[in-house]
Amino acid sequence: MKPKMMDKLGSFFAFFCALLSVLITIFILVFIFFKGIRTFTVDKISIFHFLFSANWNMENQNGQAGALAFLLGSISVSLLALLLSLPLSLGLSVFTAEISRKIGENFLQPVVEMFAGIPSVVYGWMGLSILVPIIRKSFGGTGFSLLAGGIVLGIMIFPTITSISVDTLKALPRDLREASLALGATRWQTIKHVLLPAALPGILTGVVLGLARAFGEALAVQMVIGNSVRIPDSLINPVHTLTSILTMEMGNTTWGTLWNDALWSIALLLLMISLFFIGLIRFFAKRRVFR
Amino acid sequence: MPKKKIATIIALCLVGALILSACSGREKQGEKQNVSGTIIAAGSTAMQPLVEEAANQFMAKNPGIQVQVQGGGSGTGLKLVSDGTVQIGNSDVPAEDKLDKEKAKELIPHKVCVVGFAVIVNPAVKVDNLTKDQLIGIFTGKITNWKEVGGDDLKIVVINRPAGSGTRATFTKYALDGREETQGMALTQDSSGTVKKAVADTPGAISYIALSYVDSSVKVVKLDGVEPSKENIVEGKYPVWSYEYMYTKGEAAGVVKTFIDYMLGDEVKPIIEKLGYIPIGDMKVTR
Amino acid sequence: MSPRLEDKLATFLLYILAALAVMFLLAIIFILLNAGIRVININFLISPPKAFQSGGGVGPQIANSFMILFLTLIFTVPIGMGAGIYLSEYAKENAITAVLRLSIETLSSLPSVIIGLFGLLVFVTTFGWGFSMISGAMTLTVLNLPLMTRITEEALRDVKRDLREASLALGATRWQTITRVVMVSAIPRLITGIILASGRIFGEAAALIFTAGMTSPKLTPDNFFNILRPAETLAVHIWKVNAEGLAPDARRIADGSSALLIIIIIAFNFLARSLTKKLYKRLTGA
Repeated sequence: MKPKMMDKLGSFFAFFCALLSVLITIFILVFIFFKGIRTFTVDKISIFHFLFSANWNMENQNGQAGALAFLLGSISVSLLALLLSLPLSLGLSVFTAEISRKIGENFLQPVVEMFAGIPSVVYGWMGLSILVPIIRKSFGGTGFSLLAGGIVLGIMIFPTITSISVDTLKALPRDLREASLALGATRWQTIKHVLLPAALPGILTGVVLGLARAFGEALAVQMVIGNSVRIPDSLINPVHTLTSILTMEMGNTTWGTLWNDALWSIALLLLMISLFFIGLIRFFAKRRVFR
Repeated sequence: MPKKKIATIIALCLVGALILSACSGREKQGEKQNVSGTIIAAGSTAMQPLVEEAANQFMAKNPGIQVQVQGGGSGTGLKLVSDGTVQIGNSDVPAEDKLDKEKAKELIPHKVCVVGFAVIVNPAVKVDNLTKDQLIGIFTGKITNWKEVGGDDLKIVVINRPAGSGTRATFTKYALDGREETQGMALTQDSSGTVKKAVADTPGAISYIALSYVDSSVKVVKLDGVEPSKENIVEGKYPVWSYEYMYTKGEAAGVVKTFIDYMLGDEVKPIIEKLGYIPIGDMKVTR
Repeated sequence: MSPRLEDKLATFLLYILAALAVMFLLAIIFILLNAGIRVININFLISPPKAFQSGGGVGPQIANSFMILFLTLIFTVPIGMGAGIYLSEYAKENAITAVLRLSIETLSSLPSVIIGLFGLLVFVTTFGWGFSMISGAMTLTVLNLPLMTRITEEALRDVKRDLREASLALGATRWQTITRVVMVSAIPRLITGIILASGRIFGEAAALIFTAGMTSPKLTPDNFFNILRPAETLAVHIWKVNAEGLAPDARRIADGSSALLIIIIIAFNFLARSLTKKLYKRLTGA
């Protein structure tokens, strides 16, 4: 084969692969969109009812497809995860980037990376076999709870936030540090008043990515969260999330029923939330001064 | 390097060709199932261990026939058999409950066995008998403390099964007389193993599981004074049981018929009994 | 409090925090491994699971995990690399590229449950491949394509401009430059990326439950490479024994399988690191 010919073929191959990614994405989006809107177009459930009613009763024929309980469940468990992991992530990333890069790179980062690689079923199993009994013994109830879900998710999203924050802090120009230190600021003052504010857009990107992961996680959450259709009201009560209702009920429904349509609408809602997160990440990316 | 690239592209084409040939092979199988002998059964997770075990025994006897057993849930099984994707749909509920009338009409039910369900409580609960009214009260959230039904002063923790599962449908119909369980009281677990574990570990817990899952870690409760034993179910004294179905689209034929006949025959009976199900032939009552 | 004291205190606290965090993480790993390692023996590694007796193993599941990994890589690596090459070397900053980037980002942010359901409808039912290795591998390809693309793009972008220019100046075509110069100097990062993606593929369960199925036939030489057979992986098996395990030793199996998964993933990580170091040394001649 002539180099010229190969050159043409190669560039065509690369373009074709890129095009394939676009086509797959569009196909999935369109597909879920059309399956997800049936609840509103065919079954005549109002979007308002779907989003703002927590009445999910699908066993009788005139089903009530209200997904509010799942939406609130997803939001609360993800925020709890964030609340638990953010301080730890920030502390570790500041330590790795500013205090001791040697310890950070040789010791902390490998551990964090290892955690990023642990499969979600293993996290779920860990929660089920270790965490749930501890919560039950400490707070009563069954142990399957919002708290258990939040802790498991917190451990899961912590590597994401940490590694992005570390990268952002390391990417800040040296002059920033030097200027601040030359003005007589201590290292801690420099971190607090100069570096963290400068790195904020990057850190927020990490936070949003972590949230997106928490929202999309299904198995680990379903194993520990208790799966009960209710508005989240306490840390030690069970709740349901958008993903856990999908994995739990999809297999028990058949195509074309309102029940199945409503589950696909929940998948569509998840998709919309993913898109919203992407929008947020792009917004922060625009505001990053130091790349 | 370009050689490698070409090799990669060729490999890709080969894999593509493989898949295509596999597809067309699959279509051919559909036309003449009797010759090629691959059966796929999918659906109810509750039936999976039984069908898998029976299939293993069956394949050992008939080396020419491959039987693949998949889970996915009763709804998925019925959908797949109705589409023709699989030959057998395993279900804990009648097809009419899940599919629309025309689709359900095309499917032929084969009752494989009977499964009984027991009400189980945490071993520390002192109650060993509940009347139907008390049971309904507990599951609809009217009765919230064990002292109301003759036990200690202890909060009742109800563990539900997911809406749409065959286990729950049976329980609602025959134990609660059609009364809906109240949602959101405690936790819902879709797996028998987890339900058993949660009941065993949680003080004051109550739930229900198939008899095949009952062991010494939980306490079985009598219903209106009747023990959920095999004899009582066979005699029709204990009401909470259901059929396990295998559905085929149209009449079963060829190897599918061979396998279903095998499932209903004497050779699978020991497996059915070992797993805690009841062979159809033993039942003295029908529904 | 004086700024100097505050600085000292903050540094001290951060040290404590780092130490605690690492200890906590290592403790989790230790607990999981400790519970599982006692279970892992040769019988556990090669014998098939038992439906309702003790003493089953996860032999077929381990084999399936590797088969599905291999099959997924066959699709993901070329396509992902192709798309990565396009983005890094060919794409102009225009509307088409913007759409492309948005697509890849969207695809990468989709929850794996949704991709699994998509796979169920498209590969399992519409294409009629049933619950099979190929359905699972295709679904995982869709799931990991964005990751592979991003890895390739970043690795290629890091290669210095002068290398490309030197190669083009010597009369090489663009494609020759990409494959023989740019790709070669990016090899360490590409390999690392592929191995880390492998770890993700190896541990994925949510997308496989509905596509590769929750059962595995007894493996024989005739059906081992049959891509149309169901193939329950190790990660799915952990999910299944928790869900509908009739075996009395379900907990033992889940413990063992979890430990095994973690060990394999750590081995992947370790392999990626040491390979990168070796290759880097060889390429830079250091």
